[in-house]
Amino acid sequence: MQTILSIGADALSYGMVLFIISIGLSVTMGLMKVVNLAHGAFAMIGGYIASYATQQMGLPFGVAIIAAVLGTMLVAVPLERFLYRRIYGAPELTQVLMTIGITFAIIGIANFAMGPTLKTIALPSQLQGPVDLGFRTIAAHKLFAAAVGVVVAIALWFIIERTPFGVRLRASVDDAAMAGALGIRTKIIYAVSFALAVGLAALGGVVGAQLLPIEPYYALHYMVTFLVVVSVGGAGSITGALVAALLLGAVQTTGRYLMPEYGEFFFYLAVIAIVCVFPNGLMGRSK
Amino acid sequence: MSETTLNPSASTPLWRRSVTRDLVAVLILAAVAVALFFLFPSNLALLTRIVAMMLLVLSLDLVTGYSGVATLGHATLFGAGAYAAGIVAAKFGITDPLLMLAVGALAGAAAGAISSLVILRGHGLSQLVLSIAVVSLAHEAANKLSGWTGGSDGLSGISPSALFGMFRFDLFGRTAFIMSVVLLLVVFVVLRIIVRSPFGMLCRGIKQDPVRIRAMGAPVYFTLVKMYAIAGAVAGLGGALSAIATKVVGLDSLSFTLSAEALVMLVLGGTGKLFGALVGTLVFVWFEDRVSAINPFHWLTIVGCLLVAVVLFAPKGLTGAAEAIWKRMRGARS
Amino acid sequence: MSLFEVKNLRKNFGGLAVTDDVSLSLQKGDRIALIGPNGAGKTTFVNLVTGHLKPLSGTVHLDGQNVTKASPTQRVKQGLVRSFQVTRLFSEMTPEEHVALAILQRLGRSGHLFTNFKTMPEVVEEIGSILALLGLGGIARTPVAEIAYGQQRLLEIALAMALRPKVLLLDEPAAGVPSSDTVLIERALAQLPPGLAVLMIEHDMDFVFRFAQRVVVLAAGAIIFDGTPAEVGKDARVREAYLGSYADDRSVA
Repeated sequence: MQTILSIGADALSYGMVLFIISIGLSVTMGLMKVVNLAHGAFAMIGGYIASYATQQMGLPFGVAIIAAVLGTMLVAVPLERFLYRRIYGAPELTQVLMTIGITFAIIGIANFAMGPTLKTIALPSQLQGPVDLGFRTIAAHKLFAAAVGVVVAIALWFIIERTPFGVRLRASVDDAAMAGALGIRTKIIYAVSFALAVGLAALGGVVGAQLLPIEPYYALHYMVTFLVVVSVGGAGSITGALVAALLLGAVQTTGRYLMPEYGEFFFYLAVIAIVCVFPNGLMGRSK
Repeated sequence: MSETTLNPSASTPLWRRSVTRDLVAVLILAAVAVALFFLFPSNLALLTRIVAMMLLVLSLDLVTGYSGVATLGHATLFGAGAYAAGIVAAKFGITDPLLMLAVGALAGAAAGAISSLVILRGHGLSQLVLSIAVVSLAHEAANKLSGWTGGSDGLSGISPSALFGMFRFDLFGRTAFIMSVVLLLVVFVVLRIIVRSPFGMLCRGIKQDPVRIRAMGAPVYFTLVKMYAIAGAVAGLGGALSAIATKVVGLDSLSFTLSAEALVMLVLGGTGKLFGALVGTLVFVWFEDRVSAINPFHWLTIVGCLLVAVVLFAPKGLTGAAEAIWKRMRGARS
Repeated sequence: MSLFEVKNLRKNFGGLAVTDDVSLSLQKGDRIALIGPNGAGKTTFVNLVTGHLKPLSGTVHLDGQNVTKASPTQRVKQGLVRSFQVTRLFSEMTPEEHVALAILQRLGRSGHLFTNFKTMPEVVEEIGSILALLGLGGIARTPVAEIAYGQQRLLEIALAMALRPKVLLLDEPAAGVPSSDTVLIERALAQLPPGLAVLMIEHDMDFVFRFAQRVVVLAAGAIIFDGTPAEVGKDARVREAYLGSYADDRSVA
């Protein structure tokens, strides 16, 4: 029973971190139809900025989060303008190559600038200790990650369903040409969504840094996991990404607890099974 | 061009012309190999590794360049060949290099056919994710089955016997290099024939419009599985070659990273052209070896920027760019 | 038994009958036009007949065999071939290669690994004669992406001929072709083997009346008329459903 609760708590916080990072990727894929393999690299940049802000500059955690999100957006916007815009609507292979290229370059630069070692983010004292939930205790930062995930899900739902921006976004997703004809400036919608997606990646990178440690190869290690979450959930679907992140987080965490010697074997087996049965993802629209 | 060019008597020379071009291509490759052999006698191990990678990239070209399947898991087929050849040598005492190559080709073909059943279920993003999942699954399985594969320590104890019972695999890698070049030339010629065959045309057709292929009454799924099996045999030969030449098989031969690198090499050289696969591999591995000796992370930065540049400015790769320049020069002269 | 017979074909999309009890038969050598207003269910009908959609009920017989459950590729092999309204060709390949692929497929050689069509005299000869017949000989080795749209439409017909079907479904063969060039398409269709049964979907009425011996009108998923071109303009239901003012403006009979 104790093991099940431990697995459950870990799976929830890990799944929520996966969700925060992957939902941005899901938006880019659903909207711009770009297979963005560099998404994990943006999460990593967020982590580096937060680490630098808290460790080197001694800034408080909250400020570091904001700095990480804004700083990563600042890096991403010119990339969108000059590189990504060239590959919207291109074949998947082209997109994969360009974004792998961007990933490689970011890894190399990150190592040059920050060194190959693991970087930590200084947590405020409230998030360091364990929290007593009555039946057991759980690390506060894990609870915090799960809570941020819930907030992100609700905020995104509100933005997409309840704001004028959301209406334009959905129209552009459904039919970009028609939306353009209706006077929606799709280029701006794309740029804003891209910045939003990257900001979410950075947020996830910071909040999840305890679970997915920040180092140069972060961008490559977890890229596959994020891609898998989006594919299993269905590109462009918030609910799908949430379900997929929690499900795959549970599979991965359970595997690590109960059968560590099998590594990620069952995780990938589950991925193959789900994608074979639902080629458009759990919540994806069929084409 | 007039309609008379289509009558049979006129098209026979055309067919002969392609045989002539094959011969010229083989002679060029052989000449380059001989030149490298004498220019870089201390780099023969690296050159042999390049040839093994060339077989992997040629194999990837068959499924991606010629048939349009997007995959980031092609190392599965290479690793299957490497481990199969390594295991029969280390555990069953089958150390004849030609037999090891045959085992590698068979294992690669089987891995290709089986993995294609999964990968071809998806399209676009889901196809990419399935291909990554397949290679990761194979990687985890090989890691777990350490009794057979040596796990993360790698599979050692591979000592291939002399080629034809006469040529030992020497310390300088001369035998391995010569064997690898001969193998590459044979594979290259066979693939030139296959890509021009009715089957090769069918695959190119599927890449461009599978719906039209079905409307002609031809099977899409089965054709692609068959192409995957052929590609598997080629990649498996590459894996077996690497097992023979380096005498170890590591988990990295079954990795996502190797799969992604193979794709980069292919695109660098130019997809849908056999020469492109060869040129891309040679350039990539050679530079990797030089630059990463200085600093592996600088290499990553350079490859990254190079990839972006290729996508933006030379989408048809080095061979495509060279072709365009050649055409322009000829156009300017005439 | 007819060469090709569709009986009581039905199909619903979300409760809406898109194909409503359609029966149709073709004999050897028939030239039939299938017309109908947009949304009449012509495309659904083609997809049902070619096996891309499963019917709710009804049967499709080809040359005496029940092919209702056969896959699209099986039907093609048994002699039921379609063309596409929007050109579907392999942009990087030449007309010669297109026709070669169709012929090799028909001969059961499309899976061959170590042969080359250029070394098969009978294939080369057939490619030459088909392309020459349709006036495509001069561009036989030009990639399809570089040839004119009208020529691409002709190549669609060439592919259908190379497969030597028993029944041919032509989906708007002149769609997108400038009206000055429709005569080329018409001339090409006149070259189709006399024994072949052709069902053509087309919007251009003048073209339909020159081509077809029989006209079938589909409206709201059901056949409302089946008769000669001379009669179609006089039929009240057809006027109402489809021709409307068009029939009033000009004397189609």
